Amino acid sequence: MFSFSRGKMKLTHEEVKKIARLARLQLTEADLEKYATQLSAVLSYIERLNQLDTANIEPTAHAFLVPTPFREDKVKPYTEQELSLQNAPDREGPFFKVPKVIA
Amino acid sequence: MNYEPVIGLEVHAQLLTETKIFCACSTRFGSRPNENTCPVCLGLPGVLPVLNKKVVEYAIRAGLATHCAITRKSVFARKNYFYPDLPKGYQISQYELPICQKGWIEIEVGTQKKRIGITRIHLEEDAGKSLHEHPKTRQHGASWVDLNRAGVALIETVSEPDIRSAEETVAYLKKFRAILVSLGICDGNMEEGSLRCDVNISLRPVGTEKFGTRAELKNMNSFKHIEKALAYEINRQASLLDAGKTITQETRLWNDDLGVTESMRSKEEAFDYRYFPDPDLLPLVVSDTWITEIEKSLPELPDAMRDRLIRDYQLTPYDAAILTGSRDLSRFFEQSVQLYPEAKKVANWIINEFLRLIEGDESRIAGTKITPQHLAKTLQLVDAGTISGSVAKTVLQKIFESGGGPEAVIAREGLAQVSDTGALEAAIAEIIAANPDQVAKYKGGNEKLIGFFVGLVMKKTQGRGNPGLINKLLKDKLG
Ligand SMILES: [Zn+2]
Repeated sequence: MFSFSRGKMKLTHEEVKKIARLARLQLTEADLEKYATQLSAVLSYIERLNQLDTANIEPTAHAFLVPTPFREDKVKPYTEQELSLQNAPDREGPFFKVPKVIA
Repeated sequence: MNYEPVIGLEVHAQLLTETKIFCACSTRFGSRPNENTCPVCLGLPGVLPVLNKKVVEYAIRAGLATHCAITRKSVFARKNYFYPDLPKGYQISQYELPICQKGWIEIEVGTQKKRIGITRIHLEEDAGKSLHEHPKTRQHGASWVDLNRAGVALIETVSEPDIRSAEETVAYLKKFRAILVSLGICDGNMEEGSLRCDVNISLRPVGTEKFGTRAELKNMNSFKHIEKALAYEINRQASLLDAGKTITQETRLWNDDLGVTESMRSKEEAFDYRYFPDPDLLPLVVSDTWITEIEKSLPELPDAMRDRLIRDYQLTPYDAAILTGSRDLSRFFEQSVQLYPEAKKVANWIINEFLRLIEGDESRIAGTKITPQHLAKTLQLVDAGTISGSVAKTVLQKIFESGGGPEAVIAREGLAQVSDTGALEAAIAEIIAANPDQVAKYKGGNEKLIGFFVGLVMKKTQGRGNPGLINKLLKDKLG
């Protein structure tokens, strides 16, 4: 996506715009400056972590030492679909209705 | 210039589990829209995915059957993108550590055997379905979303770019499908989308090593389309290269009406999925004991079965490969041979007649009205002289259309062979009288004309005359 090298101190507005677009966020010019500063601070912190030597450490995504539990393959029907549909911004009969998506 | 196609496949297979991958919703096809949804597969806040054990077992089966190494500790990752039929805003998949890695499948093209490498098999969830036209009102102003399929378990199998022709592509896909179906983990139905295929293809000058820029052909849902699309794409890329132009790396779709592949007009920015490990799911750990247990439970796989059919029934490799294309077909063959032990003959009738009737669609075997008993009985009736070989085809056709045993069909349709000498002699007399020139030639030494006369008698008896008897009677009369 983009690289934040050690020498680079601050994200550009273009980079913030790209991240915003991926998250479907609309930002003002003022927002861009604010988030460029905040995101840069986050990345600087990660950069500090990068100084640690992790050569012999297994990549870890979780702090827990247990594996994922399993569920048996048995159907348990959920019956409150009507509630789900009611909570949607729009519905038509049993469908969720959304603005037209070009196929 | 002469180019060599370099092809790799990504195949998505829907797993035949009762429930979805991370929730207890049913995977049943044809339910009311959104009937099989719950807070987990709808991506509502505050819920957690719980992995279906069967899904893991099925993926391991696929991995073992394709000679993959099973990853003892694999990791689920989020693939982030926005689309209305993806309620969470991300798809749970596997990225850096897939459950199966580095395997191969053996294919046969002609008499050549070849190994196609498997890069990886990973687990993921399917998306829902967006309808761009309302199924009842035919309106177009919106999109309608059905999330019954969202969260159904898939395995995605990525091949190495080892494939070199459309023929090899189809052979690979057929073999892979046969393996999945024989494992009982996927129904293999391409038209209904249980098996979906993306094809990556590039060209390089023959004799060179470096890969060219590739195009990805998405959502190929039939063998015919794949063959046509690849032929088109190979031509398209070759003419561009010959003209000194470059290939754009892009996704293309096959348009069967126009017979062309079309660019999907790639959006300005390339997709950026920002994969990262899913914090909601702990690592997937599988034990050696479990893997051994699954390995022991594997059924006879298509390659082993093909070799056995060649050995036990003296079939040709070609026939054996066709008959092991699906478990239903091989079972049909073996049951028929039990009842009618001339294996080669049974194989021919199944390949030439039975497969023609079901239009080569092996998924129709389970529902067809023809049984191995019917085929065996029909062949016995041919041997007994009750019907001729050509009438036997009609008999199978009639059974296929409206059911009933061969004897009942023969009686009902009046198909029994005419072995009544009197009736045949009358027909022969008429024909001799009507064709004095040919009779003269035959008598003059042109013995090949016997076929001409037999044909006329057959025609007169609507194909029901006993060919042996006709031959004998004709020779008597003409000789
Ligand atoms: Zn669910």
